[in-house]
Amino acid sequence: MKRVIALLMENQPGALSRVVGLFSQRGYNIETLVVAPTTDPTLSRLTMSTEGDEKVVEQITKQLNKLIDVVMISDLSDSQHIEKELMLMKFTEEHFPKETFEESSIVSNSDGVINVQVVGTSLELDELITTLDSSKPIEIVRSGVLGISSNKDILSIEN
Amino acid sequence: MDNAKKSGAEALIHSLHLEGVELMFGYPGGAALHIYDAIFNQNYVDHILVRHEQGAVHAADGYARSTGKPGVALVTSGPGATNAITGLATAYMDSTPIVVISGQVKSGLIGTDSFQETDMIGVSRPIVKHSFLVQKAEEIPEIIKKAFHIATTGRPGPVVIDIPKDFTDPDYKFDYSYPEEIKMRSYNPPIKGDPKRISEAADLIESAKRPVIYSGGGVIQNDASAELTELAKLLNFPVTNTLMGLGAFPGSDPQFMGMLGMHGTYQANMAMHNADLIIAIGARFDDRITNDPKQFALGAKKIHIDVDAASVSKIIHADVPIVGSAKDCISSLIQELKSRDLTLNTEAISAWNKQVDDWREEHGLNHSLLEQGPKDGKILPQQVVQSLYKETEGQAFITSDVGQHQMFAAQYYHFDKPRQWINSGGLGTMGFGLPSAMGVQLAYPESTVACVTGEGSIQMCIQELSTCLQYGLPIKIINLNNAALGMVKQWQDMQYGGRHSSSTYENSLPDFIALAESYGHVGIKVSKFKDLEAAMKECISLKNKLVFLDVDVDPNEHVYPMLEAGNAMDYMWLAKDKKTW
Repeated sequence: MKRVIALLMENQPGALSRVVGLFSQRGYNIETLVVAPTTDPTLSRLTMSTEGDEKVVEQITKQLNKLIDVVMISDLSDSQHIEKELMLMKFTEEHFPKETFEESSIVSNSDGVINVQVVGTSLELDELITTLDSSKPIEIVRSGVLGISSNKDILSIEN
Repeated sequence: MDNAKKSGAEALIHSLHLEGVELMFGYPGGAALHIYDAIFNQNYVDHILVRHEQGAVHAADGYARSTGKPGVALVTSGPGATNAITGLATAYMDSTPIVVISGQVKSGLIGTDSFQETDMIGVSRPIVKHSFLVQKAEEIPEIIKKAFHIATTGRPGPVVIDIPKDFTDPDYKFDYSYPEEIKMRSYNPPIKGDPKRISEAADLIESAKRPVIYSGGGVIQNDASAELTELAKLLNFPVTNTLMGLGAFPGSDPQFMGMLGMHGTYQANMAMHNADLIIAIGARFDDRITNDPKQFALGAKKIHIDVDAASVSKIIHADVPIVGSAKDCISSLIQELKSRDLTLNTEAISAWNKQVDDWREEHGLNHSLLEQGPKDGKILPQQVVQSLYKETEGQAFITSDVGQHQMFAAQYYHFDKPRQWINSGGLGTMGFGLPSAMGVQLAYPESTVACVTGEGSIQMCIQELSTCLQYGLPIKIINLNNAALGMVKQWQDMQYGGRHSSSTYENSLPDFIALAESYGHVGIKVSKFKDLEAAMKECISLKNKLVFLDVDVDPNEHVYPMLEAGNAMDYMWLAKDKKTW
């Protein structure tokens, strides 16, 4: 089962390596990982998607909680939530599938190369890639999953 | 003095002093020299110079395990830091509170592959509870405060503080003050157990007919032995301890079944397998206990008390999980039980205790081997432990290394008090015994401290004999010499058709007596059973000397019982030609 876990951690050198190291140390998978500072400069927010049964995810959450640098953690998959991913794709002009993309998706067009950006769920992005088989992009880059709950629950040290 | 300007090195030492540190173990080197100079100029904190950094960390660990106070080690960068790694991993696996301070190259040199540079934070990351890389000298007092707080609270563990050399520079001084307390928003270890869960636990206890109390190192770490004993006495339930938990419940008490697990007693393993309720306290159901987890105690409900939420239901599902400190949770449970009109299944429990006694009678350990004399002219290793027990009247601190001798010591020396038995249970570190004994002896100069070891393990940290001479540490080294890596050989006997691949030394062992004497110690050799007790008496009676008692024991002896891998806990080898299935 795919799970999306969000956590706040101290914005300290070494904090990220502790989180990532925990996964390899204990044999857990990380599918995607996104990390960025928050509006509170002392904190970073990290979103990861992982695969595992309930018992494994429970262990992952508990082990992450044990890390001193981890301030708060939430398994977003426990309730209604939004998952989005950003994808950038590069095409040569002659193979660009005009009909697939809106004009507003194009983020650059120069030297015969067109870059587009797409936002969607991981599944939507996967599907888009498979529909493009006749006009393959020459490069694809995906951000990994970002998540937020769709209800009033927020991941913040304020409350 | 306290608030005067101090260098980072001076601030470090003074902060240690305010944390109650009286001695530390270490080895100097370039990146740590400012700190060593600050040590030279003060009288608060003694420094014990070891002969190898592994020894420093094990000694700090032995100090911590025997006193309950955090142990401190100081090493230099690069090889000093990497030599400390085995000691850190040992402390991490057994959750002992130590603080290891490592010198680091100057901050401007980090990342340039400079001389004696190692990424200590990176190398130690998976085997520490937490670590700090100092970013400026002014941070040192607060980091020390945090490090000791983290190391000693919740589930204890090792903390590393890596200090670049420029931040201990004696020429840079700053306004020093030591924080009185520290709050960390991301670290709040649990103490009290959930009252609802405590009440559920009491319900299960009241309905139990075949209960077992299974306690581990957490009870000792949390100084909860008195509470554990009170609970066991209140309920009259049989008790077993893990290798790490020995001494938490009096080893000579009739309610005690002995150690459980891989080399646990027949009655303890049978009781676990047949129980209808297991009360696990400060123990973690590791693979040396459960054997095959899928076949583990299938008829038993499990109450699991642990301060580490991640330990609960990690391997074995807990029907009643209680996350909190052993001391508080046991106290709450006792209170809850006493507040009820307690109705235990007294009749069923008497029958169950009788069953345990029958098992003990049937295949329990023979604690009278010493009286039975030599076996085929040879000394049994168990007899040496029994002789040690007799001569020290069960009062000595016993450290051990890893292997057959460790199991014989655990099985045959009845530990009546917590913190009396010091061994590397989780990591299984050969070489732990002698340096950890140094930590214990320094903490308890008047007590008898014996290191039960083997000729394999003792050679892994034998350099510390020199440290023992320098500081006059009268440790008793009890060497169960079977001229082989006994436990390896036992497995090769049982699982590899007796092919002793690289487990013997082809007559290359040193003369341990001459070796001990060359370090200024006393060496005593015992080869005949008739000399054993007199030699042991002499060894223990030499109060001010380190004695290396080298005893030739039966090289063919195996440790039994031994669980048969991949099965339930009732699958045990009881002798070379006897098994339970």
